[in-house]
Amino acid sequence: MSVDTEPAAVAHAAGSAPTQEVVWHHRHLLDVDVVTWPEIELIMRTTDEMKGILARPIRKVPALNGRRVTTLFYEASTRTRVSFETAARNLSADVVSISTATSSVTKGESLVDTIRTLEALGAEILVMRHSVSGAPYLAAEVFGGHVLNGGDGWHAHPTQALLDLYTMRQHLPGGDLRGRKVAIVGDILHSRVARSNIWSLTAAGADLWLCGPATLLRGMDRWATAWGGGAIPGHGRFHVTSDVDTAVRDADVVMALRIQRERMQGGLLPSLREYAARFGLNAERVSRAKGEAIVMHPGPMNEGVEIAPDVAISGRAVITEQVANGVAVRMALLYLLAGAHEGAHAHEAGHAHEAPHAREAAR
Amino acid sequence: MTDRQIMTGDEIRRAIVRISHEIVEKQAGTQGLALVGIQRRGVPLARRIAAAIEEHEEVRLPVGALDITFYRDDLSLVAQQPIVKGTDLPFDLNGATVVLVDDVLYTGRTIRCAMDALIDFGRPRAIRLAVLIDRGHRELPIRADHVGKNVPTSREEIVMVRVEEIDGNDEVSIGRQLRAGEPAAAEHP
Repeated sequence: MSVDTEPAAVAHAAGSAPTQEVVWHHRHLLDVDVVTWPEIELIMRTTDEMKGILARPIRKVPALNGRRVTTLFYEASTRTRVSFETAARNLSADVVSISTATSSVTKGESLVDTIRTLEALGAEILVMRHSVSGAPYLAAEVFGGHVLNGGDGWHAHPTQALLDLYTMRQHLPGGDLRGRKVAIVGDILHSRVARSNIWSLTAAGADLWLCGPATLLRGMDRWATAWGGGAIPGHGRFHVTSDVDTAVRDADVVMALRIQRERMQGGLLPSLREYAARFGLNAERVSRAKGEAIVMHPGPMNEGVEIAPDVAISGRAVITEQVANGVAVRMALLYLLAGAHEGAHAHEAGHAHEAPHAREAAR
Repeated sequence: MTDRQIMTGDEIRRAIVRISHEIVEKQAGTQGLALVGIQRRGVPLARRIAAAIEEHEEVRLPVGALDITFYRDDLSLVAQQPIVKGTDLPFDLNGATVVLVDDVLYTGRTIRCAMDALIDFGRPRAIRLAVLIDRGHRELPIRADHVGKNVPTSREEIVMVRVEEIDGNDEVSIGRQLRAGEPAAAEHP
């Protein structure tokens, strides 16, 4: 063995050892705030395996054969919904898709009644999007299976944050975000994507910068100050600024968020054109980031507003990779959630299967 | 500690060499052969068989790793999803004679999963099976083509295969399975 390969091997062993024994025990995934860093790493490793399945000639495995996944979307969505449904089908689950426009919701059925009905119809995993923050938490209280939050109000979008994290790790040496500068530019105030990303990116140790007009950053400085003082163990400080050049300078990752037209009516933004001029990610602004920096957007994009068309299709943009990774991340989460049985003696049974030598015995 | 050793490191080595000869003999050469280890301990065993074949045939056979987690038929019965260990099949399976390699053959369910998984990657000309230990108690109509050692066991017993690449030494022993509530004093290292 040559001496110079030794430290890397040792570092790898040391880095991977503590996470080897992590098992998933969350019954629901409502946000990333309750997911520990070793659990996030488990999701990332499981996602790697799912990417492997997506690269096979037959992109389908029987892992969730016969399990019933229901998507319940109270808000318009194409990519998230199709992504979840594709993920579920890749795992051989049966998928029932409910959009509220054509359901009894239009007849006045309450959320709780809808969820009880879906459970009675056999739903085991419920993927839910709702315009009201916290709605999936209510769903989780009444639903007997697993709830996966596909986005609730301004609050959380955990699968988006996890696919963003996965995409960033793919582009950073060693998949390590520690000390890497990540700038998120846009309507932070109304963004569930930004909120979930704050949890996962600070847990990853990134140097996080949130940037937007002061009216769309309201309250974020207080959050940043609290965490800067070490309010939440394991989550580092982040920065808030309205100066886009400060945010983007030497960044490893630049993410634009969608600007919604209805924000203009509330007087939070003077005009889209002014936003584009002051905050839009154009080639000149992106050139201040590091040479190898990537540009991200959770979609759907307003090209020419928060992101310039030439930036969106440039070699730095990884926006379509985000979409592809979304399927793999959602496969990983469906797989992990499906195994988290309420009340099962997780430790014992999990151990019987995971103790390396006991596999044949347990089978 | 009631573990009883049934194979030493030397015995494992000799079994691997014998299996490597048997595989080549059965194929009448090495043409079209590929080895696929089942995660985890089948993988180092497959590599060793390949190394033994390379030694006496001077041919380096392709070696792959197969994780069967997503193909298990008991996923809804376990309390926690098993951690996936990774599949890597760096060769074309179509037309190949694939020798699956695993440490212990017991119920046969792992092998059924492995065959399902393999067939999703292509259409091998034939699939064969080599195991270090056959402990009986089959629940499916599956048999091994190459066996290191046949070991009669009871269902209450547990066969522990240690391989140097993962566990630090080579050894096969039989112990008693822990029952629920029993202290984990005899935990496997």
